[in-house]
Formats: sequence, structure tokens, C-alpha cells
Amino acid sequence: MRKCSLDSLNAVFAKIAEAAELYLPVNCTDGSAAFSKWEEGKEWSNNLNTVKSPKEFFFPQTEDLVAFKTSGKNIEIIDTRKEREDFVVFGVRACDVKAFEVLDNVFLLKEPYDSYYTNRREHGVIISVACNRPADTCFCKTFGIDPADPQGDISVWKTADSLYWQANTERGAALLEKIADLTEDCDTAAVDAEKEKITKIMSKLPLANLTTEGWGAGKTQELFDSPIWAEMSEACLGCGTCTFVCPTCQCYDIKDFNTGKGVVRFRCWDSCMYSDFTKMSAGQPRLSQKERFRQRFMHKLVYYPENNNGLFSCVGCGRCVAKCPISMNIAKVMKKIGGKENE
Amino acid sequence: MNNVEALIPKIGVITDIRIDTPDIKTFRVVTPDGEKPFEHRPGQCAMLSMPGVGEAMFSITSSPTNTEYMEFSIKKCGCVTEWLHQAEVGQQVTVRGPYGNPFPVDDAFRGKNMLFVAGGVGLAPLRSVINYCRHYRENYGTIDIVYGSRSKDDLLDYREIIEEWSKDEGVNVHLTIDREQEGWDGHVGFVPNYVKELGFSTDKTAILCGPPIMIKFTLDGLYSLGFEKTQIYTTLEMRMKCGIGKCGRCNVGSKYICKDGPVFRFDELDELPDEY
Ligand SMILES: Cc1cc2nc3c(=O)[nH]c(=O)nc-3n(C[C@H](O)[C@H](O)[C@H](O)COP(=O)(O)OP(=O)(O)OC[C@H]3O[C@@H](n4cnc5c(N)ncnc54)[C@H](O)[C@@H]3O)c2cc1C
Ligand code: SF4
Ligand code: SF4
Ligand code: FES
Repeated sequence: MRKCSLDSLNAVFAKIAEAAELYLPVNCTDGSAAFSKWEEGKEWSNNLNTVKSPKEFFFPQTEDLVAFKTSGKNIEIIDTRKEREDFVVFGVRACDVKAFEVLDNVFLLKEPYDSYYTNRREHGVIISVACNRPADTCFCKTFGIDPADPQGDISVWKTADSLYWQANTERGAALLEKIADLTEDCDTAAVDAEKEKITKIMSKLPLANLTTEGWGAGKTQELFDSPIWAEMSEACLGCGTCTFVCPTCQCYDIKDFNTGKGVVRFRCWDSCMYSDFTKMSAGQPRLSQKERFRQRFMHKLVYYPENNNGLFSCVGCGRCVAKCPISMNIAKVMKKIGGKENE
Repeated sequence: MNNVEALIPKIGVITDIRIDTPDIKTFRVVTPDGEKPFEHRPGQCAMLSMPGVGEAMFSITSSPTNTEYMEFSIKKCGCVTEWLHQAEVGQQVTVRGPYGNPFPVDDAFRGKNMLFVAGGVGLAPLRSVINYCRHYRENYGTIDIVYGSRSKDDLLDYREIIEEWSKDEGVNVHLTIDREQEGWDGHVGFVPNYVKELGFSTDKTAILCGPPIMIKFTLDGLYSLGFEKTQIYTTLEMRMKCGIGKCGRCNVGSKYICKDGPVFRFDELDELPDEY
């Protein structure tokens, strides 16, 4: 394990940024936090998790897939893919790191591999940070995620005066090597104490005792026709906010854009909460918001686990809990079936 | 960087356009070198597109035994399909695939008496299977085909049915149209009723494809004749974008229809929630 003082952090960031683009959470003028490209003078903010998740570094909100030129009856296909330059994302919390495992299962580990996502995963180094500033909306523990022990290529712990670094992968070790001049060897005592502190903080969160009881693979028959769907979806606006802020939501649309010089085929995030998501000439299998609402939660808590060895596709980051305009969210849905509430 | 990318299509050229019905045309597609774009199995689909218009999923209606080209029977109903309907021979399109699971023509279907039941454009995916079975005739028992449409003019592949299928030994074609029409001396009535009238014996493996209402009543008919769910197959249709189980659009429960389907046996469908 290596450590550096918080005072030297700027120098460490500068060193990392010499070798690769560096992104980290910074404060926004409205008090929220967002990932931003580091440059001299930008300060890491660790108070709040970002409104948008770091998912977009690997699965951007919109991205070009391929381009076409047409002339007369002919079409030319132009492969516009480029090798991604190396980049580093610093300050990713445990929940969001786990979310990459969820996305990897879709894009990286099941054939056919998604070359766009794979390319970014191959070139991105994830530096996670142990989370000692959770929000009241957080419930990562529900999904067995330990915020005190985040994964990623490198894990980092912050104490009052220092930052502790631990490499988990070869890529992580290579990056630590680059900043070796600015860090020093240390034992794990301070980190162990920090972990204990974090565990205490987490146990006091409002959703600390939420469980996944009643959910998981094999529950389709039991839960699909449950009366909770009609009841809980009643006020849902179908705005899609919950899906756009979610670090594990994977759905995308494919569209063509005519640039005037040619056609660009791009993909962009889509939402199962939208009425035209499944609309066909032959009919509409999800007629009302009830069916769309059910799809979102059944996918995260039943269908995805069924296809991925029981892994849930919610990481308890709490973003949808914080952002839903009608205060509906996955924690409420889970409780309704079996997951217990605190006290 | 991994250079293979399923979402990047290849070029196809339309070399023939057949007008089947007032709203269905059959397009023959090859690569610019004149080859079949790729190999497929009966029941699989492909994404066709015109850049700038959009992409859409279609069953590959030609049989895998056709080594020269691929065919798609396409009903006009929206952006891409309307565009295709105004296209001319020589037009290039893009094509990617094959997608989805095939009908089990080489295992479960082998040695079986086959019963195909189709309505409207629903014949498109079945034509691939029918021609596969006709090609490997010795591997299958009798072949019965019940096919119906609104009118005589709405029957897909009419010439092929009359000139080829109905002339084959052991192949029985039963055509029907919804209402009486001048020049039609065949059967009149809806497909499900015709299936019941024909009263098939239960030694057959049945494959259904057509509008949901036709499927529903045909199923009832087959059940009343004593058929089991395990001997009836169908192919599902959901809105699709990626075709490879990633865009999250086409699922029914935990199954992605583009990848785990579109072909299902009815007992398998029982395990899925009723959302298709
Ligand atoms: C596995 C599979 C196999 C298929 N095989 C065949 C086949 O062999 N032959 C065949 O003809 N068809 C087949 N289809 C159906 C075919 O894919 C659709 O007809 C095609 O996608 C329509 O595309 P389009 O661009 O022409 O229509 P679109 O422009 O997409 O519109 C189709 C209809 O849906 C509605 N719609 C679509 N998007 C929206 C939206 N965003 N908002 C509101 N309304 C909307 C429109 O009102 C319109 O009526 C198959 C489909 C699947 C999934
Ligand atoms: S469903 Fe909500 S809490 Fe779960 S990962 Fe997505 S945004 Fe976070
Ligand atoms: S954010 Fe809330 S209102 Fe909007 S789609 Fe999600 S559950 Fe419905
Ligand atoms: S079409 Fe994208 S998941 Fe099936």
C-alpha cells in the first residue's frame, strides 16, 4: 500500500494527467457534483456522488456507430471507430464500480462483444474511492457491496490528511508506478481504521436494513402479476429520469442522422419507461405505464439476475431515489414485496 | 481494438423485386460480389436498412438450401418498409445477421409429419422451413400447409405455392381466404376454423405464424384436436434495434426474443410472462 499527503494531491493528479486524460468528480455551481476532465486548478470533490454516473465514460449517452455515404443506388460503409486514448477515472464509488460489472456482463462478456464498450474498457483505468460520505438515499449494502472496500484497478482511501492507494490489477499497478515518486510505502493501519469508521456510518443510513428478500432469479411467475405494479406505477410520469441517472441501465436506441454530407448511425441511451420503446406496427406489448414500470424493476431484480448467476442489476447508488420527481423508487418497490425497512 | 462489430452491417444489393400482394413485396438480396450475404438456419432473421431511413428486422424467407441469394418478404407499414417498397432493382441496402434461434429442423422435426399454419405475411418465416423440408424431403413425413389471407390477392408466394409446393409428393396445401371472391373456387373462411375442419391427426408437429388472434384460435383448435403444447411451435415478434440481446428492447421476461427467440415451443412460452 502507498500513501500521499492531501497537500500533494494536485501534483499527483498532474502526474497522472501527463500520461492519460484524467477525470474526477468536481463541485458544480448548483451544489451538485459531476465528473470533469482534470486540469490545473480543478479540485476533487468527495462530498456527494455525481448526479450522472461514470457509466458514460464507457457507454456514452450518444455515440457514433458507423457512417454511410450514398450516391445513386450505391452505399459506402465507413467504419468510424477509433482506438480510445488511455484515460483514468478517479473517485468512483463502490456502487458505481460494481455497476461496471453489471454492464460488463452485457457488453464485454457475452458474445457478440460490443467493440465500442470493450475499446473504452481496455483503455480506461478506474480508481475507486472508499465512500465515507454516503447520502440518505444510498443502499449499496443491500446488494452486498462494501463501500469501505471498493474494487476497480486501484482503490483509494481518504483520511483527514492523507490518501492511501492500493493497486488491484496490473493496470492499476502500472499507474501507481508512475506516481511512485509522489507516494511512499505504508502499512494498512490507517486504512483499517477508516474502514471501520465507514462501516459505522453505513449502518446508520435510513435504508441500511433493506434486503433483497422476495426478489431474484426464478421469481417471475410469482411477481409478474402482483398488484403492486398497478398501485406503485400510478403516479409514474414515464419521464425516464430514473433510467438516465442509473449506472446499470443499458438500454439503447439506434438512429440515423443525415449530416448533409452523409449519414451517421448512432446509438443513444433509451428508456424502458417510454411508451414508444416497444411500440410496433403489429401492436404494443406494454400498453400502459404499469407494464413499463414493471419492466424496469423486474429487469433489475429478477430478469437480470436470472441471466447473470443471481447478480442484481441495481447497485443501490440511490440516484433514482434522489431524482424521481414523484418520489417513487426501487427501494420502495423492493420493500413492498419483502425487503424489510429499517426499524 | 476488436475489429468485429455486429452492429456494423455489410452492403447488400437488391437483384430482384417481386410484387406479391398490394402491400407485400419480396426482395432478393446478394452482396456486391453476387454472393449470398451470409449463411443462416430456417427461422432466423436479418436487419435490413437504408442509411438515413432506418433499420428493421425481417425473417429470411429463403431457405438455407438456396446457395445463391437471400430473400425477404416485406409488408409496407412504416418508414423503412415504405422506402424499400419504392426501391428499384440495383439499389444497395445494408444487411446484418443472422439473428435469433432457428426452428429445430435437424433434430426435433426430423422424421416428423409437419403441419404449417400461416396467416398473411406470417408465411414469410415459414417459407424458409417449408422449402428446407421439401429440399430434404426424405427426412420428413407428410407436409401439410394451411395458409390464409384476407383475399386471393393477399396470398404471399402464390405462384410458388401453386407451381411447386402443391405439386410435390406428400405435400398438401390448403389455401383459404376470409371472404368469397370472384375467381376463387377454393376454401373460404378463417384459418383457425379451417384447421379444425381439416381435423389433423395428432401425429404432427405444428408450426404457427400469423396475427396474434389467428395464433390464439388456431391453438385452441389444435388443443381440441388433441395436440400437446410440446408439439406446437411459433415465432414471436417484438420491436428490435440491436438484434443481439443488448439494447434491452425485445425481452419477454428474462428472454430476449432477438437472441433466445424468436422461435419458441408453446410449453416454453408458458414459462414466460404474458407480455407479447
Ligand atoms: C423477428 C422479426 C421478424 C420479422 N419478420 C418480418 C418479415 O418477414 N416481413 C415483414 O414484413 N415484417 C417483419 N417483421 C416486422 C418488421 O420488423 C416491421 O414491420 C418493421 O420494423 C417496420 O419498420 P418501419 O421502419 O417500416 O416502420 P416504423 O416506421 O418503425 O413504424 C412501424 C409502425 O410502428 C409505429 N411506430 C414505430 N415507431 C414508433 C414511434 N417511435 N412512435 C410511435 N409509433 C411508432 C408506427 O405507427 C408504424 O405504424 C419482423 C419483425 C421481427 C421482430
Ligand atoms: S436502480 Fe436506482 S439505486 Fe439502483 S443502481 Fe439504478 S439508479 Fe442506482
Ligand atoms: S423517475 Fe420516477 S416518474 Fe420518472 S419514469 Fe422513473 S419512476 Fe417514473
Ligand atoms: S433487439 Fe436489442 S435486445 Fe433484442
